[in-house]
Amino acid sequence: MTFRKLLAAPFIFWIIAGTVIPLGVIGFYGFTTRDRNFTFENITAIFTAEHAQALLLALLLAAISTLICFVLAFPLSLILRSSGLGQKGFMVFIFILPMWMNFLLRTMAWQVILEKGGLINAIITSMGFEPLELINTSGAIVLGMVYDFLPFMVLPIYNTLMKIDDNIIEAAYDLGATHKRVIWNILLPLSIPGIASGVTMVFVPALTTFVISNMLGGGKINLIGNIIEQEFTTSANWNLGSGLSLIMMIFIVGSMMLLSKLDKEGEGNFI
Amino acid sequence: MKKLIKGFYLFLIILFLYLPIFTLMVFSFNGSKSMSVWTGFSTMWYKEMATDPMIVEAIWNTFTIAVAAGVIATVVGTLACIGISVMSKRSESLIMGFNNIPLLNADIVTGIALMMSFLVFGITLSWGTVLLSHVTFCLPYVILSVMPKFKQLTITNYEAALDLGATPLYAFWKVVLPELRPGIISGFLLAFTMSVDDFVVTHFTRGAGINTISTLIYSQAKVGIRPTLFALSTVIFVMVLVVLGVSNFISQRSEDEE
Repeated sequence: MTFRKLLAAPFIFWIIAGTVIPLGVIGFYGFTTRDRNFTFENITAIFTAEHAQALLLALLLAAISTLICFVLAFPLSLILRSSGLGQKGFMVFIFILPMWMNFLLRTMAWQVILEKGGLINAIITSMGFEPLELINTSGAIVLGMVYDFLPFMVLPIYNTLMKIDDNIIEAAYDLGATHKRVIWNILLPLSIPGIASGVTMVFVPALTTFVISNMLGGGKINLIGNIIEQEFTTSANWNLGSGLSLIMMIFIVGSMMLLSKLDKEGEGNFI
Repeated sequence: MKKLIKGFYLFLIILFLYLPIFTLMVFSFNGSKSMSVWTGFSTMWYKEMATDPMIVEAIWNTFTIAVAAGVIATVVGTLACIGISVMSKRSESLIMGFNNIPLLNADIVTGIALMMSFLVFGITLSWGTVLLSHVTFCLPYVILSVMPKFKQLTITNYEAALDLGATPLYAFWKVVLPELRPGIISGFLLAFTMSVDDFVVTHFTRGAGINTISTLIYSQAKVGIRPTLFALSTVIFVMVLVVLGVSNFISQRSEDEE
């Protein structure tokens, strides 16, 4: 028995070395100055205009993208369920296939399409209109977020919808419920675990991204992720970067806690 | 009418998901550098891609790291599941709680935390640090794929093998492992794809001059994208299709066997 327990030793070592200690290091740097004295400055730095703006903008864009993803994904999952297309795994496969494609390539595709000399502007100018300023806008960043993370919303919602017993829905129709009412009073409440899972799967990566904002925002629009990334690459201020990541983690942990409340059984789980 | 609207909606979403990828594919065969004007069919970007040492090295790094991270994570993870399955409920839920941290945490936090830890403990960033980091975020996926198979295990089969004179190791190899195999395979495939797809953790933990496909795209996106990357994305898209098709086929066949 004890020998079998020992087989978990490499894994436990890996958790300690790869997860526990690194998080401790972030905590240490977040609460110290460069001379290793205790301080709250890196935490309160979030209230400076530049950082607060970046955090608020990130929260706003992540919320908008999450909402758009939900509005697109819920009807899509309903259609897949009701039309029976879902049973043929192929249709679902089509909607989650892009998820397996390198996400930098997908973001790059939009960069190329939206660029000044890109495809959309080429079409617009060929029709005799003035070219539009498409890239380097908040709209472009939201578009990139929706495009990159949409499958993360579709999959959990679709999974919970498929688990709903057909008899419940038939009973509702038999009792005289309208189509609208069935969606509103039965399908929507029963798919809340999946929705919660989808919302976290979209909101957290959207909130923390620096890649999408860098590629589609042209380095002009800073989200909190960009600020943190710059602290570790160009300005090399680990203390400030760690402090700001601790603030960002509050929002991550918050949405995780909300998720575990709404999805107790782990129904919307990915694997 | 209703059916038409539903079909049209599905069609619009498919268009939204695939049009960007197909635009890249089309322009990968373009005869010039233009990304908006078609100047004739050519395979020049594929030839240039195959001879560009930066791209070839990035592909090589991406796949060697993914295979190595996948194998290490699968072995360590499967062994861990054996150990965890005989532990008390309390230590099990504690370990699973820690297991979920890298899974739920933001990539950027995992990345900077690992980078700082390597440097604090005097480890120079290199190919190896990328591999270690990839194993770290791949392990939870392996555990989550293999652990449920352990719960379904019919332990009496293993005991029967022991009663019939098998050594524990032989019984494990011949009786337990085949039952776990689907979980182990899907764990490896998940780990592999997560590793190939990763950018953020690699970005922070790579040594100077080490590029994977993702980091190469990122640095080119800053200075100007060349159509060789379109050729690369076309190749990757086709490969993803083939790999998913094959793994679908394998899982379908193992289901049929059951």
